[in-house]
Amino acid sequence: MGRYVVRRLLQMIPVFIGATLLIFLMVNVMGDPIAGLCGERQCDPATAARLEQEFGLDKPVWQQYLTYMGNVFTGDFGTAFNGQEVTELMATAFPVTIRLTLIAILFEIVIGVTLGVVTGLRRGRPVDTGVLLLTLVVISVPTFVTGLLLQLLLGVKWGWIRPSVSSDAPFDELILPGLVLASVSLAYVTRLTRTSIAENRRSDYVRTAVAKGLPRRRVVVRHLLRNSLIPVVTFIGADIGFLMGGAIVTERIFNIHGVGYQLYQGILRQNTQTVVGFVTVLVLVFLVANLVVDLLYAVLDPRIRYV
Amino acid sequence: MSDRHEEPEAVIAGTSMGGAMDLGVDEAETLEKRPGPDGAGPEDRPRSLWSDAWRDLRRNPVFIVSALVILFLVFISLWPSAITSGSPLKCDLSKAQEGSQPGHPFGFDGQGCDVYTRTVYGARTSVAVGVLATLGVAVLGSVLGALAGFFGGISDSVLSRITDVFFAIPVVLGGLVLLSVITSNTVWPVIGFIVLLGWPQISRIARGAVITAKQNDYVQAARALGASNSRLLLRHIAPNAVAPVIVVATIALGTYIALEATLSYLGVGLKPPSVSWGIDISAASPYIRNAPHALLWPAGALAITVLAFIMLGDAVRDALDPKLR
Amino acid sequence: MRTSTHARWAVCAMAFALATAGCGGGGDSGDSEAVLSASWGDPQNPLEPANTNEVQGGKVLDMIFRGLKRYDPETGEAQDMLAEKIETSDSQNFTITVKDGWTFSNGEKVTAQSFVDAWNYGASLRNNQRNAYFFGYIEGYDQVHPEEGEQTADTMSGLKVTGDRTFTVKLTQKFSTFPDTLGYNAFAPLPRAFFDDHDAWVNKPVGNGPYLVDAYTRGSQMSLRTWDDYPGDDRAQNGGVDLKVYTDNNTAYTDLLAGNLDLVDDVPAAQLRNVKNDLGDRYLNTPAGIIQTLAFPFYDDAWNTAGATKVRQGLSMAIDREQITDTIFQKTRTPATDWTSPVLGEDGGFQAGLCGEFCEFKPDEAKKLIEEGGGLPGGRVTITFNADTGSHSEWVNAVCNSINNALDDERACTANPVGTFADFRNQITDRKMTGPFRAGWQMDYPLIQNFLQPLYYTNASSNDGKWSNQEFDDLVDRANQETDTAKAVDLFQQAEEVVRDNMAAIPLWYQNGSAGWSERLSDVKLNPFSVPVYEQIKVS
Repeated sequence: MGRYVVRRLLQMIPVFIGATLLIFLMVNVMGDPIAGLCGERQCDPATAARLEQEFGLDKPVWQQYLTYMGNVFTGDFGTAFNGQEVTELMATAFPVTIRLTLIAILFEIVIGVTLGVVTGLRRGRPVDTGVLLLTLVVISVPTFVTGLLLQLLLGVKWGWIRPSVSSDAPFDELILPGLVLASVSLAYVTRLTRTSIAENRRSDYVRTAVAKGLPRRRVVVRHLLRNSLIPVVTFIGADIGFLMGGAIVTERIFNIHGVGYQLYQGILRQNTQTVVGFVTVLVLVFLVANLVVDLLYAVLDPRIRYV
Repeated sequence: MSDRHEEPEAVIAGTSMGGAMDLGVDEAETLEKRPGPDGAGPEDRPRSLWSDAWRDLRRNPVFIVSALVILFLVFISLWPSAITSGSPLKCDLSKAQEGSQPGHPFGFDGQGCDVYTRTVYGARTSVAVGVLATLGVAVLGSVLGALAGFFGGISDSVLSRITDVFFAIPVVLGGLVLLSVITSNTVWPVIGFIVLLGWPQISRIARGAVITAKQNDYVQAARALGASNSRLLLRHIAPNAVAPVIVVATIALGTYIALEATLSYLGVGLKPPSVSWGIDISAASPYIRNAPHALLWPAGALAITVLAFIMLGDAVRDALDPKLR
Repeated sequence: MRTSTHARWAVCAMAFALATAGCGGGGDSGDSEAVLSASWGDPQNPLEPANTNEVQGGKVLDMIFRGLKRYDPETGEAQDMLAEKIETSDSQNFTITVKDGWTFSNGEKVTAQSFVDAWNYGASLRNNQRNAYFFGYIEGYDQVHPEEGEQTADTMSGLKVTGDRTFTVKLTQKFSTFPDTLGYNAFAPLPRAFFDDHDAWVNKPVGNGPYLVDAYTRGSQMSLRTWDDYPGDDRAQNGGVDLKVYTDNNTAYTDLLAGNLDLVDDVPAAQLRNVKNDLGDRYLNTPAGIIQTLAFPFYDDAWNTAGATKVRQGLSMAIDREQITDTIFQKTRTPATDWTSPVLGEDGGFQAGLCGEFCEFKPDEAKKLIEEGGGLPGGRVTITFNADTGSHSEWVNAVCNSINNALDDERACTANPVGTFADFRNQITDRKMTGPFRAGWQMDYPLIQNFLQPLYYTNASSNDGKWSNQEFDDLVDRANQETDTAKAVDLFQQAEEVVRDNMAAIPLWYQNGSAGWSERLSDVKLNPFSVPVYEQIKVS
């Protein structure tokens, strides 16, 4: 087990370096950010030159990357164009997005798994068909359409919720954005659980459990669910990283000042430091989440042993 | 959205193949249990996986409906003028936001363009983005995945780590960064971007499938008989590994179409004079209160298209997976 | 279908009105302790006066600073604020006396030194101030801000403190309207605290205006509170303002409707049709010193031929400004008929109809003129704009459709969105434009000079099309040296006629400022810079 974890951690290093380099190059392709800083006029050449120097943009890309990564390892993520430290931006943005992601994951687990179990046990019945159709609709409508519609209906027309989230972003205000963010994944979790449950229902151990006369509830929860959860856990684990980075659209609609918002702002202003900094952290989250998922395998499925 | 569609299909198709790359091959038992072409099926007459699947599909109403919808979409993509006489670029501002009226069943959008005509013409772009991006992703992903799976060892480690690198970049974010500086107004940048960040999904599936297929006795036999690597890969392994790739690709196709719309909403999607549902949806979304029809028609068309491809993929998967019969 | 939607909205708005009327008290008295919330955008640069060149940062500076001059919120006229007197005999050497009794909110006195230090800081190359060029007329600017290489001085030789409250300014050339430019934010005074602990100051700016910064969470919210000891006569009528950052002005508007926000100063184009129903008379739409034009790349040979003038004039006549401003902007913009702004007033140099028939919609003549001029270069034009801010894509598409309809060619004109403002500016700076592109101009100060010189003078900072015309330059030079205001304005108008005759840029429309507010507020006004006059707002 320990050796496995160490090996996985070592494998993370090249992926981490590769991903950050990739995003660094991508942001660099966007071109010179200085021109956007002077409003509707040309920066005077002297100031532009000094700004380039200050942000290290006058050096070749590889050198910029090395300097940047060197700084990152000492905890210095650089400075945004408005003079704010990127770490400071992270300190305000990540808590908000983590709350949002938590709510989204909670929706996935509670609603998604429940619906999946119900439909999996009742394959082919009207409930199953209905939920299946619903999940397909949710998957096929783009999130921003769902988000805008719900905001308009619940927030403005019926006045049930605040249409936007205040700057503190408490949990209760994040419920609707969380649901919108989770919607597509929720549909997948439902379908995934349903398939898995339906598959395992006919397996020998479930038949044995039923034959032993165990109560239905116990069979479902202890035997069926536990074994059916492996693919669901994989999915949710990988989803954490995607939810955090993919909240750009949701955060924009509901005016949430989280990671997605900072990334969007950073990209619009071509602020390399902000974008690369946030993506670096997201990549880390993604990698760690994947590792945790693989370790969870062993917990859920005793047949798997890591060596 | 759409930026996290990778993992679910991976899981659906190969029962946890997505995250199982380090766990060895026994995870992919789903595929192993399939009747091989050597005729190990339970019935007397040898039948291949494909003819079995096709028999299933022909009787599946979901497949028939989605296939018909897709055929219709392909038809209007090729000949939009068959069902509309107008031009999507002919706009009269004095008619802006007007509702349905004779000759203009869907009404007009904020620029006074005919929503019906634009919705019909939008199909071409959306289908083109979906089909071409899927082709690109499938080709690039299968080749790299198959190579990694077939050769194993160092090349597998290197290719798998590269896959992880691209997999770790959030898709919408990558789209914002890469497409924000593109000046071309064709569909190619959007397609290229989807291929660039979409291939790891297929690559993982293909790798797992090839590893499974590689273990089969007939492959070992062929190898023992001295078949070359390329012959092994192309003649013996590929036909048996292609099923999961097709399944995931079909579902992904739908999500790519939706992704194009999301990119347009963020202002980095296709550009005029391209006509696409994404452009129209994002242009109409601020006017949702006054002219919901301009939003709902293209959004509806988009949803139906995505739905059709996902249902098709679903049906194909069910047909190819004997466990679910 | 649409009628019923409207009716529902009206009911909504009424219910909302009733609900809030219950908790407020109504009436004009106003609660001087009450705090209002207002929409805001994240400022791009640190909030230093000489470093802020966009409206969002400008809003804050306008609340926490008072300069030598202040532009009247209604007329836009430059009036003495901290200046007791500004004297000159030759329009080149000025003696400025600062009023007594002003302090910064941290207790420091505002002296002549506060101004001189601030201006030197703003001009100095090493401080990277975006607005440094505003000090370009002051003698010695070349040494503190050379075009290339290191600066050879830290202070400008043209600035001399001659007493506690007096200082002199020496310009490099005659500039008769120089005193009127001093209301611009870049000329604000700075306390010693700014220089002594710069980081702390930037985190929580200290100024001499009617408001204090109480708390500032960057990228999210700024809380401003009334400064009780404010010495000026424009004390805030409310307890303070909470500025909340919105990424999307549509969300801000939605929040206003839902009662979560008191003031929106940028009603999105998409909601203009609903404003009457949603807000009734809690909506304001007043002229602002903003003009939208289409600039041309004169560095591209295709646009610099003799015939190209006719093509530009033809394009201008192919745009149905009336219909676009009516439909897309719901009359919140006015078709432009000159290259300045109505806020200048007739005396200030605004001249309606100066553009003549070239700014009227005449599709047939447009087509003829373009053909006479040799046709569109390559048979096509693209209008480039940045898609990330404002409602630009709506009007650019409308302009293109108008041109296409006039020329009877569906593909004559195409909108070309650029993803980010930064990239848009890059393409302009690198001279990569191949066709007309969006050029918006918001005045820095209400003078006709500000609408012409920065935009059309050879190599001026905002002359994005690189248009160059000797006759125009000469007229502007003469106008700047003219001490008589009326004569100066007349010369500027002659220069503007040169712009017209060459169609250096196509004027589109004058932009209004718009604002909507909740039932709690009264006395909401926008100044000519389209910024709310926060200190006059009353909250009940």
